[in-house]
Amino acid sequence: MSSRRSRSRQQSGVSSNITDEQITDLVSKLQQLIPEIRNRRSNKVSASKVLQETCNYIRSLHREVDDLSDRLSDLLATTDTDSAQAAIIRSLLM
Amino acid sequence: MASLISYLKFEEESKRKKLWKTGYELRDPNSRSETSWRSESEQRIYSTKLVDALRLVRRNPSTADKVSSFREIREAADRVLAVAAKGRTRWSRAILASQLRLRLANNMKHKRAKVTGCSRPKRLEKKRFSPTLQRKAGLLSRLVPGCRKVSFPNLLEEATDYIAALEMQVRAMTALTELVTGPPVDRLGSTSNSVHCRLCLPRSPPS
Repeated sequence: MSSRRSRSRQQSGVSSNITDEQITDLVSKLQQLIPEIRNRRSNKVSASKVLQETCNYIRSLHREVDDLSDRLSDLLATTDTDSAQAAIIRSLLM
Repeated sequence: MASLISYLKFEEESKRKKLWKTGYELRDPNSRSETSWRSESEQRIYSTKLVDALRLVRRNPSTADKVSSFREIREAADRVLAVAAKGRTRWSRAILASQLRLRLANNMKHKRAKVTGCSRPKRLEKKRFSPTLQRKAGLLSRLVPGCRKVSFPNLLEEATDYIAALEMQVRAMTALTELVTGPPVDRLGSTSNSVHCRLCLPRSPPS
């Protein structure tokens, strides 16, 4: 029993060896990716702000992909006509 | 069906190797080979595979229903994206695993088997992080697939890769949509022959 507990304590000890420096490093890497923060060019962005903006950015990317999927599904649905567009769709996707 | 089984085996193997339960999750960045989501070739490969996948969707119009068609396209786009990551990231494995589970559940026509996660969830070290930070990290972990019980540094790594991959997905799908919709007039006045090249180029210059 006690050996199991000490083992788990040892495991959590390993994960807490991840330094603050590594975390700030990762946060700044994330910061560079997010256009909101990158364009503002302020050096003092809190971790909280980075996380918030990351969430917003990922949500907006999801929305874009959803929108694009929607448009694609509309386009694939309307291939009855003889237009040039339908020909492109047919050659590419059928 | 064979590919589904091989994905299942991969998932089982991962569990056996305790990839998801390991204490030390932050890998040495030098040894890790990363997908460069910004490269033209990566986008080209993705676009090609996406088109192949969409072709399959077209061939089996199970329902002419718009919602299911949207679902199929969205899933195909995500699946091809996850495969492009070559199993290196948690979010990609989670996407594939969850799609597999859904498919198997639908095929077997019984309730979806409950996923047994880690028996002891890894908590964010409460000493370090303020409650606001923890809350935001929790939000982020819900947005990135497969990262709910993952350490903070690992979560940041996964989010970084996930964002880059999503950006590529958007670029590729936008180019594909433009191709199919009929390209807008190019500033250089190029002909429609160059449209196929546009499919490959990223919209914004890679930074």
